[in-house]
Amino acid sequence: MATKASRTAARAMVSPAVILLLGWMIVPLAMTLYFSFLRYNLLNPTQGGFAGFDNYYYFLTNPAFFQALTNTLTLVLGVLVITVFGGIGLALLLDQPIWGQGVVRVLVIAPFFVMPTVSALVWKNMFMNPVNGMFAHMAKAMGLQPYDFLAHAPLASIIVIVAWQWLPFSTLILLTALQSLDREQQEAAEMDGASVFNRFVYLTVPHLTRAVTVVILIQTIFLLSVFAEILVTTNGGPGTASTNISYLVYAQSLLNYDVGGGSAGGIIAVILANIVAFFVMRMIGKNLDA
Amino acid sequence: MARKTTQTRKALTTVAAWSIGFLIFFPILWTVLMSFHSEGDAIKGPFAMLASPWTFESYGEVQHRSNYALHFWNSVVISFGSTLAALVIAIPAAWAMAFVPGRRTKDLLMWMLSTKMMPSVGVLIPMYLMFRDFGLLDTRSGLVAVLTLINLPIVVWMLYTYFKEIPGEILEAARMDGASLRSEILHVLTPMAVPGIASTVLLNVILAWNEAFWTLQLTTSDAAPLTQFIASYSSPEGLFYAKLSAASTMAIAPILILGWFSQKQLVRGLTFGAVK
Repeated sequence: MATKASRTAARAMVSPAVILLLGWMIVPLAMTLYFSFLRYNLLNPTQGGFAGFDNYYYFLTNPAFFQALTNTLTLVLGVLVITVFGGIGLALLLDQPIWGQGVVRVLVIAPFFVMPTVSALVWKNMFMNPVNGMFAHMAKAMGLQPYDFLAHAPLASIIVIVAWQWLPFSTLILLTALQSLDREQQEAAEMDGASVFNRFVYLTVPHLTRAVTVVILIQTIFLLSVFAEILVTTNGGPGTASTNISYLVYAQSLLNYDVGGGSAGGIIAVILANIVAFFVMRMIGKNLDA
Repeated sequence: MARKTTQTRKALTTVAAWSIGFLIFFPILWTVLMSFHSEGDAIKGPFAMLASPWTFESYGEVQHRSNYALHFWNSVVISFGSTLAALVIAIPAAWAMAFVPGRRTKDLLMWMLSTKMMPSVGVLIPMYLMFRDFGLLDTRSGLVAVLTLINLPIVVWMLYTYFKEIPGEILEAARMDGASLRSEILHVLTPMAVPGIASTVLLNVILAWNEAFWTLQLTTSDAAPLTQFIASYSSPEGLFYAKLSAASTMAIAPILILGWFSQKQLVRGLTFGAVK
């Protein structure tokens, strides 16, 4: 239908976006790849030259890498478990007829709009601080010894903070999905004598499955690169107890000034993310047809 | 009888929902409450703090001791600047893809989305070095450029899903009546696209306001937006609860209010149209 002229115009209109994104994707990534094969330390200008796979070798055999990998996966899985199950529960609850539904909704989604540095510091100081935090005051009131969450269970504490930020997201998406459920279909099933349980299993669950998949995939993308929360709460510590891949690459590059090693880590992070992205793209691509 | 049980049930669900909602909101509420008490009272414990006199002094102190207004302004410039820049690039692209789709339009959209999935640490070093060499470290324009590129795929996608919903027949009709491409865009498309564009702007300002990787890496003081400014409170000498609360409250309040207006768009924008 479109004429040849409008096709040319369309191409001209799309190209700025394409060129910019192409540049954004290829230029820095190519540089990272290039640096990852160099001996390149900002503090030691005399050192240089081609390093082969040495940077990769050192990065991957560094004990911190294995810990960071486990931490990354624990963080992603921990947050996903809390937000998906919590989100399903909350969405089902909020979908019921209640008084003031709008207000409750507003309260529940609020944490999502809090910037990561604020939520991390609020939790770290006002709640988890072993001397002045709310939890310490509560423990003391009950005659218990206050617990230093970020020193003794740093990763678990970060999981709680990040889950608090993402629970609103899963709840909101699952609630939106629930509310788009076909009411007539529900009523028809009820008329035909389907029990509450059967209606839930055969109508609600299949309908929610898609939304749950979307939640898992999109959250995974963001959770793989959690950074600010770790930076302001624990700095990856104690030791490397709460270091994830993103933080390790940052520490290697901008704290140790090891451009080569940091770049190798960056490339590894990109590969990991791509494995996940592959599944995300397939999922969203399918929905695009529908 | 049946009616009575439903009323009881409704009351119970209401109580449950409100309790959970209150618990989830509590950290924010507590931060706001704490910001209205003095530094000494803030660490006395929950009940003692609530009983202590209320004061605005922390708000004054934050502005007094640091250049809070500057960081707030940086956040405004960076989030709105990057959103507007992304719009200028994305509107023509989304328009073309929605109304003149070609064989490769779908692949192009998917490819744009895939750039969003590249982890930022993967390009941290080259970006840092380029910023250093071009003197862009700690400048607002540098950050606007990066955030524009980061959010461009989401902007294109959101606009695309909104433009897709505008019936193509209307454009055909305008074209039949001899409307030029320019007037087609200005007089037919724009009025119908405004709600979608507004939603896109809203979501993007929120995302850019809260972006906390590049803002932390690429700014230190002059161009530091609120994310970076608040992060400076993580050092031990920054352990001033009331001031941290006041700074945090001012940092999240505007975006919280915007966010509450954008619930619907949020779902659509963040799921790339997969859930509406």
